[in-house]
Amino acid sequence: MSSGTTKLDVTVADVVPVNELVTRFHFRPTSGGLLPTFSGGAHVVVEMREEGKAPRLNPYSLMSSPLDTTEYTISVRRDDAGRGGSLFMHNRVKPGDRMVVSYPVNLFSLDLRAKKHLMIAGGIGITPFVAQTAQLAAEGGNFELHYACRTAALFTYGDLLRERYGKRVHLYHDDRGEKIALDRLLTSQPLGTHLYVCGPAPMIDWVRGRAAALGWPTENVHFEHFSAPQPGKPFDVTLALSGKTIRVGEQQSLLEAIEAAGVDPPYLCRGGVCGQCETNVVSHDGTFLHNDHWLSDEDRASGRKIMPCVSRFEGKSLVLER
Amino acid sequence: MGIQFRKETFRDDFSFRNSPEHIRRFPFPFHEDSYMYAVNIEPHRPGPKGSVLEHPFDVDEHYVSEMEDRALVLAEDPLRCQSLPHMTLAGWDLLELIMTSKAESYPEHFSLTRDGDNWHWINRPLNIDQTFVFGDTTTLPYGPMEYITRQAQGDYCILDQRDNNLWMDAGIVTTQADWSLDFDIGMNFFEWHAPVPLAHEMGIFQRALKFLLNVQQGQPARRLNWTMTINPRLDTSPENYHKWGPDRTTVTPENVGQKVHLRVELQTFWRLPRSNALVFPIRCYLIKMDELVTSEKWAKRLHRVIRDLPEELATYKGLTRYRPTLVEWLSKYDDGGVTSPGFGPD
Repeated sequence: MSSGTTKLDVTVADVVPVNELVTRFHFRPTSGGLLPTFSGGAHVVVEMREEGKAPRLNPYSLMSSPLDTTEYTISVRRDDAGRGGSLFMHNRVKPGDRMVVSYPVNLFSLDLRAKKHLMIAGGIGITPFVAQTAQLAAEGGNFELHYACRTAALFTYGDLLRERYGKRVHLYHDDRGEKIALDRLLTSQPLGTHLYVCGPAPMIDWVRGRAAALGWPTENVHFEHFSAPQPGKPFDVTLALSGKTIRVGEQQSLLEAIEAAGVDPPYLCRGGVCGQCETNVVSHDGTFLHNDHWLSDEDRASGRKIMPCVSRFEGKSLVLER
Repeated sequence: MGIQFRKETFRDDFSFRNSPEHIRRFPFPFHEDSYMYAVNIEPHRPGPKGSVLEHPFDVDEHYVSEMEDRALVLAEDPLRCQSLPHMTLAGWDLLELIMTSKAESYPEHFSLTRDGDNWHWINRPLNIDQTFVFGDTTTLPYGPMEYITRQAQGDYCILDQRDNNLWMDAGIVTTQADWSLDFDIGMNFFEWHAPVPLAHEMGIFQRALKFLLNVQQGQPARRLNWTMTINPRLDTSPENYHKWGPDRTTVTPENVGQKVHLRVELQTFWRLPRSNALVFPIRCYLIKMDELVTSEKWAKRLHRVIRDLPEELATYKGLTRYRPTLVEWLSKYDDGGVTSPGFGPD
């Protein structure tokens, strides 16, 4: 594919189960040498190819230290109700496998002007912070991490981060009733602090909402949704420019179905945040299932735009300008 | 072998010249007989051998003399090089990008040896042999951006990316077409482009910014821009307007060929890996009218472009005063014949 980012051929160097739900994958360049340098917060798009199936492309945050590019590591949380991308990674990928990942792309960059970086993570949303804290620690950066998880057994990298950074890391166990004292945190930071949040959508909404209510400038609040495309009922789409009619399968994203038909729209994040794959709707008779974080309410109300990387459709007909 | 570096000046006696081979590789910016703005951005892929696009960072016969001219400008006015405190990491990114690229493109002139963070850089044309620790600013005579851009032709702006915008937060600017880093430092993309006529109304900057925010690592992009300069002066800055502005009044039908220069900027855009900033090198190429008209096609085309240029653009580019003289001079080289498509000289 020509769109998206430049590709990297990698070999799986190691597969490490972290806990009941999360497995870590280590990738090294197949041709040897070093991988491209990246910055904390960057993700790669991993291509999952299975015999007889259309390829799936999912984004995962890089969690290795940006200072060490001998390998990239990602952590994948198993999603039994998902489209099968995470299950493929968990069940099929073995050391020695060759895979294709994209060049790193950073849509969750540190603001290097910050006097202090205040980080809030929930669940698997911890992964970009593992890389960012490694980067900041090496530069003598000032950071503080507040990380919430359901149980001690599922606390992915909680111990590791405590070990690395001591009191700069605060862990909150949901099952013990521990809760981030958010208002106190947000009202006691030095001027010039930047706030970062990555986790489930309700957590992001909560943190952004409280920050806004307590007078934080929006420029100082950074967030990353890590939603992979969700499965749904199959639907048919007509691509007006290329004159093709395609069916989007239950486990397939609309973007993947368009690509499978040999049409090559631009993309970057494949998670509904970057805006690259925004597509005009020529006509429709039915209901959009918008799952992106890109389109404005006006865009959605207009029925004229869709983000095919994560959004779906239910109804009689959908014609896209592709 | 390698490049024969010319000893020449861009001030006082203006001894700058292009050799015949360099005339042929000049990045002529007009692919048709007229000019209007466009978001003419394309991937910065390697171009034909010998062209200015062959390597990611072109080094040519003017390299050594251009670097001497830069040192003179910086000695007179240190504010031509500025880097806000949060941009040091981006400076290291740029140093790595230029050193690795030049060592790979021109091994006879540059070499880089890396042992972890202990680096050894050799720049033979400028007689530099430097060992330093990557990431440790105390081991270089200047900050990382200034250090490497004193050894790299063209101006460099490093743009911080945040809040869905780009911010001019670092740069070295000594070969510019009448704009000032000291004035623009800290401004965002729309602020520093505010003086450009017509393009805002055309939505050019909205589209350009959207593109630039999405420039990815490993996928640099480029575009050409152009203006004209009287005398081969690299430093046509607002700070020194009193030195070069009056030159525009000195153009006569007799001296057009030697005095009037087409000034082309090869602008490239690169995502920097550690800082996630964008670096924007602006490389300036100059060619005299006498040199340019050695290509019949370029002579005809430039005549038609300058003759038909919209008045606002002519004013913005500072051509108003000498445009009639220049058009009259160029018309002698234009028989009205058809020109071939594309940028090349034939």
